[in-house]
Amino acid sequence: MSATSTTILNLPDQTTAAIPKKNYISSEHGLLSWLLTGDHKRIAMLYLISITFFFFIGGAFAGLIRLELLTPQPDLVASDTYNKFFTMHGIIMVFLFLVPSVPATLGNFLIPIMLGARDLAFPKINLLSWYLYLAGGTLTLAALVLGGVDTGWTFTTPLSTHYLNTHVVTTASAIFVAGFSSIFTGLNFIVTIHRMRCPGMTWFRMPLFVWSHYAASILMVLGTPVLAISLTLVGLERLVGIGVFDPTKGGDPLLFQHLFWFYSHPAVYIMILPGMGVISEVVSTFSRKRVFGYTAVAFSSVAIALFGFFVWEHHMFIMGVSNYSALVFSLLSMLVAVPSAIKIFNWSFTLQKGSITFETPMLYAFGFMGLFTIGGLTGIFLAALGMDIQLTETYFIVAHFHFVMVGGMLMAFLSGVHFWWPKMTGRMYPESLSKLAAVVTFIGFILTFMPQFIVGYLGMPRRYHAYPPEYQVLNVLSTAGATVLGVGYMLPILYLAWSLKYGAIAGNNPWQATGLEWQIQSPPLTENFTEIPVMDHEAYDYEWLEHKTQNEVTTVG
Amino acid sequence: MGISEVLWQFLVKWLTNSALFPREASTIAPYMDALYFFLIGVTVVGLVLVLLLIGGFSFRYRKAVHPVAEQIEGSTLLEAIWTIIPLGIFLVTFVWGALLYFRIYTPPVNSMNIYIVGKQWMWKAEHPGGQHEINELHVPIGQPIQLTMISQDVFHSYSLPEFRVKREVIPGRYTTVWFQATTPGTYHLFCTQYCGTDHSKMVGEITAMLPEDYKKWTELSTSGMSLAQNGERIFASMGCNACHTGNASNRAPSLAGLYGSKVQMANGSIQLADAAYIRDVILNPSQHVPAGYAPIMPTYKGQISEDGLIALVEYLKQLNTNYRIQQTQTTSVSDQAAPTTPGMVKP
Repeated sequence: MSATSTTILNLPDQTTAAIPKKNYISSEHGLLSWLLTGDHKRIAMLYLISITFFFFIGGAFAGLIRLELLTPQPDLVASDTYNKFFTMHGIIMVFLFLVPSVPATLGNFLIPIMLGARDLAFPKINLLSWYLYLAGGTLTLAALVLGGVDTGWTFTTPLSTHYLNTHVVTTASAIFVAGFSSIFTGLNFIVTIHRMRCPGMTWFRMPLFVWSHYAASILMVLGTPVLAISLTLVGLERLVGIGVFDPTKGGDPLLFQHLFWFYSHPAVYIMILPGMGVISEVVSTFSRKRVFGYTAVAFSSVAIALFGFFVWEHHMFIMGVSNYSALVFSLLSMLVAVPSAIKIFNWSFTLQKGSITFETPMLYAFGFMGLFTIGGLTGIFLAALGMDIQLTETYFIVAHFHFVMVGGMLMAFLSGVHFWWPKMTGRMYPESLSKLAAVVTFIGFILTFMPQFIVGYLGMPRRYHAYPPEYQVLNVLSTAGATVLGVGYMLPILYLAWSLKYGAIAGNNPWQATGLEWQIQSPPLTENFTEIPVMDHEAYDYEWLEHKTQNEVTTVG
Repeated sequence: MGISEVLWQFLVKWLTNSALFPREASTIAPYMDALYFFLIGVTVVGLVLVLLLIGGFSFRYRKAVHPVAEQIEGSTLLEAIWTIIPLGIFLVTFVWGALLYFRIYTPPVNSMNIYIVGKQWMWKAEHPGGQHEINELHVPIGQPIQLTMISQDVFHSYSLPEFRVKREVIPGRYTTVWFQATTPGTYHLFCTQYCGTDHSKMVGEITAMLPEDYKKWTELSTSGMSLAQNGERIFASMGCNACHTGNASNRAPSLAGLYGSKVQMANGSIQLADAAYIRDVILNPSQHVPAGYAPIMPTYKGQISEDGLIALVEYLKQLNTNYRIQQTQTTSVSDQAAPTTPGMVKP
């Protein structure tokens, strides 16, 4: 390979290369061998298939919402139907896609390998997680098929408890069950990271991907039970009228929002932190450099997890909370933005003096960094108390969290899926087509959500079925962008499926990356390593890798 | 010239019909917009900085020109710089935002009070003069208006984007917001908290008028009875005046001059008698027993609407003497034999 080549792709000779005969996919056959597996890699693949399925259902609802909003009049569907659309979109995307997306697929697949372990600490609980997820997903689909639910994903009381006649309890149980899937995954990760690191794998030699999953797992384990409690109370209030949230019985409807956001704000970090882990790996690999300020990036993940628990009231600044408590929560919300800024700058400076190439995962990572910067800085608007009064509950907030969740998290997820696709399947995805998809996604995204910031400041409320005609230009732009975005998301599913059979053989380490996962065969063996690895170098040590490769070459020669 | 004229026309039309910013129609709007532009500036500078770093490094250190990476551990100085500078900017934003928040949610003492009741899916406004409006609100310009709001069912949110104010309207609790309109015109009113089927139809218009036009409007749309007078009628018809006579020997405290005073409670606490207090005493009397009185007041929960409660609050606000209560006592006793139907009382 010449030094001036613009790619680091290092594939084995395609005429002789073959997928290793023995790997985790070929080790056993039959449906049951998948459904009863304890192998973290197989469970990760099960998750990948199921979350992709739910992503496209959630995406279909997004498409219907944008189609309705093409015109100011409520002309496509009835109001109740529209309300069910955005409720389903929110519930599926948040609880069945974003929360499990990176941790349950990439995290599940990679964390044991990155730590040099054979599997997660509790393989059977890992499988149970997937079944709980599936049960939650099935219940959600049941609620959908039986007639839907129109609470919004936030289940605001007393609307959800006393004023709606849809499948609220079914949906709440679905989220309750899916929540336990998340708790078990988090627990599994925490125990694995504490107890199953291979010899030499100290905390500060772990890849940053593992650090960010550790932080996210703490949030999952501590936060999700509160969501379970608040949804249980909503269910009990509906079924037997216990009156915790009912003002006519002396309950406090605001209490529900405190409980709900106590989980649902940290949930944002559950979603974004694993994505940040992906970006650290990808940026390091494609600039051939260790991540700038490793410890700062590692601790900023922990800081986000810590501060993330004490900012929930910023969702309620206009709801008649005490002005002084609002002050405290505004200040803490400002503080939680700092670790994210630290990460962005550290990733940028990782590029400095690197040797940068621009494969698809890197393009998605750049997309993440740009869009997450916008998403993060518009969060400052909302954390500023006075500004929040104008912006909250409008399309501005919709645009803000889509920049963070879709522009940030989904970009990171796609970056990670492309990056580790050769490891997971043993085959490469088609490079130019996937670059096209990354660019299309980016353009579509900007076009969809930029206009929403403007229309939000103009005052257009969220969750509106109809809107004043002067907002139409911006809504048309947004719908046009959503169409482009839809194409951008359809492309990967097509070419990734194609690559399963026709993709080039990837070999062990197509990116010449340093992680332990790249030092084993692709796809890995069921037991990951043939002998227990010893970690004798820092994470992202490209010099070690160079020497290792040199040694191998001499041995073969 | 023909083409450029068409283009000019199109541009003018497009710019006037699809604004990027809402009109500024209240005294608070310029303050809100100043912070907004500051934050847009911060965002643009931050974004440009990140893009320059990514773009610059990507160009300068791409593999073709920089084939071998140089390993760098990190830099404490740089870490400190990009921790402290964003923190500083965020803290400035925090202080600025907090000042704006307190300005929006602290009504001036001379403001005119209008009551808003939200219900699925309409806004009812009640002016002190007894005017009622549905999904509309008429206000004079140049006068601070305070809205005291409550919901009869679920959470709603009263949003006036051109005035840059918004406040959640909550069941069982009064919330307030204030504004001072500056330019006559009609403006949007939205419910911004999702409240069920017709959430997006819970919209209306705010009409800001010159003070003399507003005066004309109030005269034309009066219901003939002020909110306080309506409250007095309810006070009598619910039998409140049977106990709250103002006689020191009676079993219930005098209500004259109660509003705005501090009340010594039986459990030792001191409570401020504001609108929320009065409403809550009527609905949950056992929770608010004044010192020296027995907890004998029955609850009026379920017997009186939010509108009725507002009228009572407004009545007690203006009650300075018990003279009329004592005068009407005999009348109200005979009223109990044949209670009047609400709404049938002649102005």
